[in-house]
Amino acid sequence: MATVNNKIKYSKSDKAFGFINGAILVLLMFVLLYPMYFCLIASLSYPDAVVQGQVTLWPVGFSIDGYRFAFEKQEIWRAYGNSIYYTLFGTIWNLFLTVPCAYFMSKKELPAHGFLSWYFLIPMYFGGGMIPTFITIRNYGLMNTPYTLIVLGGISIYNMIVTRNYFDNSIPGELYESASIDGAGPLRTFFTIALPLAAPILAVMTLFYAVGHWNSYFTAMIYVTDSDWYPLQLVLRNILIENQSVALGDLASEGYSPEEISLLKYQAKMSEAMKYAIIWIASAPMLIAYPFVQKHFTKGLMVGSVKG
Amino acid sequence: MKNTRTLRTSYHTKLKIFKENWTLYFLVLPAFIYLFLFNYMPMYGVQIAFRNFRPKKGITGSDWVGLKHFIKFFNYPAFWQLLGNTLTISLWSMISFPMSVLLALMINEVQNAKFKRTVQMVTYMPHFISTVVVVSLVRLMFDRGAGVINTVLTGLGGDRVDFLQTPKYFVPLYVGSGIWQNLGWNAIIFLSALSAVSPEHVEAARIDGANRLQINLHVYIPTILPTIIIMLIMRCGSVLSVGYEKIFLMQNPLNLDVSQVISTYVYDLGIVNGQYSYSSAIGLFNNIVNIILLLSVNWIAKKVSSISIL
Repeated sequence: MATVNNKIKYSKSDKAFGFINGAILVLLMFVLLYPMYFCLIASLSYPDAVVQGQVTLWPVGFSIDGYRFAFEKQEIWRAYGNSIYYTLFGTIWNLFLTVPCAYFMSKKELPAHGFLSWYFLIPMYFGGGMIPTFITIRNYGLMNTPYTLIVLGGISIYNMIVTRNYFDNSIPGELYESASIDGAGPLRTFFTIALPLAAPILAVMTLFYAVGHWNSYFTAMIYVTDSDWYPLQLVLRNILIENQSVALGDLASEGYSPEEISLLKYQAKMSEAMKYAIIWIASAPMLIAYPFVQKHFTKGLMVGSVKG
Repeated sequence: MKNTRTLRTSYHTKLKIFKENWTLYFLVLPAFIYLFLFNYMPMYGVQIAFRNFRPKKGITGSDWVGLKHFIKFFNYPAFWQLLGNTLTISLWSMISFPMSVLLALMINEVQNAKFKRTVQMVTYMPHFISTVVVVSLVRLMFDRGAGVINTVLTGLGGDRVDFLQTPKYFVPLYVGSGIWQNLGWNAIIFLSALSAVSPEHVEAARIDGANRLQINLHVYIPTILPTIIIMLIMRCGSVLSVGYEKIFLMQNPLNLDVSQVISTYVYDLGIVNGQYSYSSAIGLFNNIVNIILLLSVNWIAKKVSSISIL
């Protein structure tokens, strides 16, 4: 594609088109990057400067107090560990459910294929809804256990279909035929031929599911009540969104001593500075991971008719 | 081969295929059981919408009440407000759709491979940030006191605006942050459709004297139109399912008049207050409207363009 285009001599208006196109994209990238960039410089600036709104484009001063304050919090460490545990085992469970199923669904000639494709399609568009699902899962005894957040959300039908399409389109049928001539059974063909060739889509699926586990808070909010088992995002929600910073308007008139006031002000300032640090601590793993898999996104996500 | 295709696979050949491949059914078994337990059982449990569910009596032991809960919801004074809020948020969110198509076309026009890869990496980035963090970013950026937006506004000589507490800014902030987060991600599907456009086709148009804009309008867009339609059908099937996880985080007592939607109401009633049957009925109503919309849009698309997802 690119090589064909490079041979072309563009007219002046086409060159202008390309330039404006590039300029808009640069502007867009700035808008997309700025909030996270701001958090980075704010987390490294003097907390005073951040609270007073002096930080906009560059760090003001240098301080890692926000990070220090965040790392001193026991609950953040525990939640971080919990989230790693949920993400690791949850993703393994997801792949175990999704990938073999997708391989099976790519074999359209198998008996009962038609029934099964409806069986998998219906839950994509219809479900019991939040409350019947909640009651069912509570009846299974899955409330508030260490396994709840691993087991739930076991398979995304959309991901299964994407994987099935990959098996369908990207692995040549002759390979399967030659394997069966060599005497490999259908299961062995799956494990020794199809799986290794599907490595790109496996990488994409691993990332999708891992991101889903790492970033989810709502399932935990419904099914996990014991704070020992809170995932990181739920703790983040409590720190970043529920805890409004203390209104420091008129503490003196409410009977606080000057020492107490300065301590309260210090704490408020530090928890404000900590917010920016926490955002980076929580987001870094996924932001580091996705560029490694990025090149497979476009190929993996070809869309087609979802049934078949 | 031709014979089996025209005569349809006979019972005999089916049995033969099954005998050769029966072990493969073990591959589909885990997913089959999982869906049965976690998707189909809740669907069976949806009958509590027509009963007065008491946890002690169980799902099938509770008394039937027919459509009582549905009628109660339709007569609920804030019913139209809930429906209106849900539709407003959902329809405004639709503007991200053409924007993603546009972004895909723009990325497709980039000639420099390195720049192209960078644009893709940067535009995908926000998708990997959690909802909790995105909502926190909105709050930090738009804060009345220390928020950067207000710093810039006052720097330009304007007044401070309390974006987070003012109801009329709720929908713009919700939709805007949604676009920020998923614009690039939603463009991927169109980018992959664009990669299927044959270079010869583009070349032919160029030789005929088309400029880059015209090539986009007459070659690229028509080729990816089926993908656009499929995505649009799927989008219509979720008009009443707005992202309640995010709305829930953005709600505060001051904006509840515009931010309470059907799904957050279901959560409040069901999970928080334990009104299981009533909230199930509301959820079911929501789901049925979605299905009807999906099937009708799918039907229309099939008639008009012979494209359909089912």
